[in-house]
Amino acid sequence: MSSLKTSTRQVDGVAIVDCSGRITLGEGSVILRDTVRDLLSKGQKKILLNLGEVTYIDSSGIGELVSAFTTVRNQGGELKLLNLTKKVHDLLQITKLYTVFDVRDEEATAIKAFK
Amino acid sequence: MTEQRVSYTLDSTLETVDNAEQAASRIALEAGFGDDEVMQISMAVREAAVNAVLHGNAYDPGKKVNLEFERTERDLVITIRDQGKGLDLSKIPDPLAPENLLKTSGRGIFLIRSFMDEVQIHPSHTGTEIKLVKHVPGPSLDVKEASQ
Repeated sequence: MSSLKTSTRQVDGVAIVDCSGRITLGEGSVILRDTVRDLLSKGQKKILLNLGEVTYIDSSGIGELVSAFTTVRNQGGELKLLNLTKKVHDLLQITKLYTVFDVRDEEATAIKAFK
Repeated sequence: MTEQRVSYTLDSTLETVDNAEQAASRIALEAGFGDDEVMQISMAVREAAVNAVLHGNAYDPGKKVNLEFERTERDLVITIRDQGKGLDLSKIPDPLAPENLLKTSGRGIFLIRSFMDEVQIHPSHTGTEIKLVKHVPGPSLDVKEASQ
């Protein structure tokens, strides 16, 4: 099973993390956690997770998204989500997390939404 | 419709979780479920396998996970058993409660219940058995579709 791959680029002071693959218990969740921690350690506190190529998230992956969100927020930063697939969108809806996260469909608009 | 049953005995590892998910996906497809339902079934089985491996058997190499798929005329019935201490149902929080929304765990059973038609959880001191049921697309639906 393909695990998570991430690639980070900088646009207007926002770190956009392009994610592809699976955010599941084990490697996928760990990669996401390490990526966010690495950005925070470098002082990067505006983080946009592009989940457009994420094919699967389990409850551990959902927990990792929540953890990333609260970790960034507790350090005075912002984490937003971009390009949810229908599967991920539906999962966030039924877990009532859709309104907790700031979810965006367009990269340019998402970048402007950072304070 | 012939009834079919297949059973696996698996180690308490993360590979078991992936294997259980893949087996569920394949068997659900063969049973005639659509893409969305296949995803729901495979995710429910994955979550149940995670519970069995992590919370039940706690990765103990001496303990096994039993996974069984049974295709009946009306249902796909999936049973997952572990050899742990038994799940304490009273300690499962409501993940939708405002105070729990930002917790990083505790959504597995909720997702299982959301995705399956019936869920039975039987904890005992020798382990937990969880039975998941999804109703297969019925023949009456097939007749309706064929007549259109």
